[in-house]
Amino acid sequence: MSELIAALPTLSGAWRRRFVLTVLLAPAVLWLLALIVLPHVQLALLSLRERIAPHVYAPSVAQYRTFFTEPLYWEVFVRTAILSAVATALTLLVAFPIAWVITKVARARASSLLFAVCLIPFWVSETVRSLGWLILLRQSGVLPALLVKLGLTAAPVELLYHDATILTGLVYTSLLFMVVPLVSSLESLDNSLIEAAYDLGASGMAILRRIVIPHAAPGITAGCIVVFMLTLGNYLTPNLLGGKNSQWFTELIYTQFIVRFNWEQGAAFGFLLLGLSTFMVAVGLRLSGQRFVDVMRRS
Amino acid sequence: MIASLPRSAWLRAATSLYVIAFLIFLFAPLVIVAIFAFNDAPYPAPPWHGFTLDWFFGNATKERLGLFHDAELLGSIWTSIVVACWVTALSIIVGTANAFLMERFRFPGKQVLSVLMLTPLIIPGVILGISILSLSSRVAEFADDAFGLDLDFLRPGLPLVVLGQFSYIATIATLMISARLKRFDRTLEEAALNLGASHAAVLRTITFPYLRPALIGSAAISFLMSFENFNTTLMLVGSDSPLTIMMYGRMREGASPVLNAVSLFLMLASAGLALALMRGGARAPAADTAGKA
Repeated sequence: MSELIAALPTLSGAWRRRFVLTVLLAPAVLWLLALIVLPHVQLALLSLRERIAPHVYAPSVAQYRTFFTEPLYWEVFVRTAILSAVATALTLLVAFPIAWVITKVARARASSLLFAVCLIPFWVSETVRSLGWLILLRQSGVLPALLVKLGLTAAPVELLYHDATILTGLVYTSLLFMVVPLVSSLESLDNSLIEAAYDLGASGMAILRRIVIPHAAPGITAGCIVVFMLTLGNYLTPNLLGGKNSQWFTELIYTQFIVRFNWEQGAAFGFLLLGLSTFMVAVGLRLSGQRFVDVMRRS
Repeated sequence: MIASLPRSAWLRAATSLYVIAFLIFLFAPLVIVAIFAFNDAPYPAPPWHGFTLDWFFGNATKERLGLFHDAELLGSIWTSIVVACWVTALSIIVGTANAFLMERFRFPGKQVLSVLMLTPLIIPGVILGISILSLSSRVAEFADDAFGLDLDFLRPGLPLVVLGQFSYIATIATLMISARLKRFDRTLEEAALNLGASHAAVLRTITFPYLRPALIGSAAISFLMSFENFNTTLMLVGSDSPLTIMMYGRMREGASPVLNAVSLFLMLASAGLALALMRGGARAPAADTAGKA
């Protein structure tokens, strides 16, 4: 860019500014148009057509009709949404105490160490983390062997392929995205407020409900929105830890697109997932009265 | 309760216990993966059969091919590296341009553009993948029908993988570089200009050196996110598989400890990257890894 500017000593200030603006706008517009906007327009068009003969297509809402009339499809859709919501709630429950310890209990050094340690697993790919869970949980794995050794079960039990397994994996994958916004929102909570409440005789529960949660609300919302979105769109964890029982909506999209080559149906599924994800983000923002831009920056 | 208030003994104990349990939860899968990279057995499962380095260096039989002799795996690591380099370069260039655009210029439609720039983060990776796939095959079809051109790079394969990953990693690079540019004191530039420096000299000697930590940090994050990406890649991949796809395929066939060896290798590489970043003084913004694996 500096070369471009250097090459233009003859242009006057206003013209030069205009030229630089154009040069800077070009990559942004190209990126967003070619890789985000137009692909989604094409996906929308695909989802709104139907094949009536080989290579002949007609506009139709048949793909969406199939979704609503075929119980399997919307059952998987609802199941994915519910399990994602449960995973989000669980992630919040697991992450909140840790964020609390990091910001309010541990001393300076221990606190920054604990925070850094919390981030480490997320430098490693999700594939590796899933492999770890597979080795831990499968019937011939570490945990079932341990349970037998401890005398808790007579024979090794299969710990994979349950909904609880999928949830464990999802919570694990999502923790970082909850801990970070929680820590940053709890950091700004003035300790003297809590001390004052305590001195005035408030119980721990009352302090949590009346002071801590209202203050941390923006962080809680930001974390929940991001975790829900990522969980909903996850493919790897439900697929590997849930096996054939996972019934995750992204798997339906993959099957339609890549396995069955029914792009029209896959596109419609994609839009339904995108719609659900966008809807939940909007609800989250509305509930907490935040702006999208702020939430994305926060996380 | 906070540190300055009295806490009962059992609350202290409960807190410590919770932190320990949390850390076990966090590290158990990683530690297990690392341990079984050295188990002398054909499957990464207990019991322990003794220590071996076969899964790294083994070359004896086909069943005991170590990581460094497994051409398929090494090839996929190389594929991932090539893809990640492209994605990083593109993301940094576009991210820097975007940062200057959004922090230094006013123009009609800026608000819309700034929201649009954030949308890739809320679109699930799978959908980014299928939407780019459908547009590119539409364009390829069109080029074929209208001009008889066979545009191979628009078919599933590495060029599309690069574009797919870039489509959202560019947002992350933009956010990271913008955040630093926003804090820049512009009077420094004005002083230099007043003293007779050219715009190019100001950029080269003042603005870019200031941005350097953000550029290095976002390059590292972009590289890592590209290397780890699965969802978008899965939809766009052709015959050459990057590492995550290759590992996924093999994990479904039934794991062999060579996957543990690759994983350990990846962990060490990530750790090296993280340490280098912290050493380099760039505040490793691990928190900004927000995105889709």
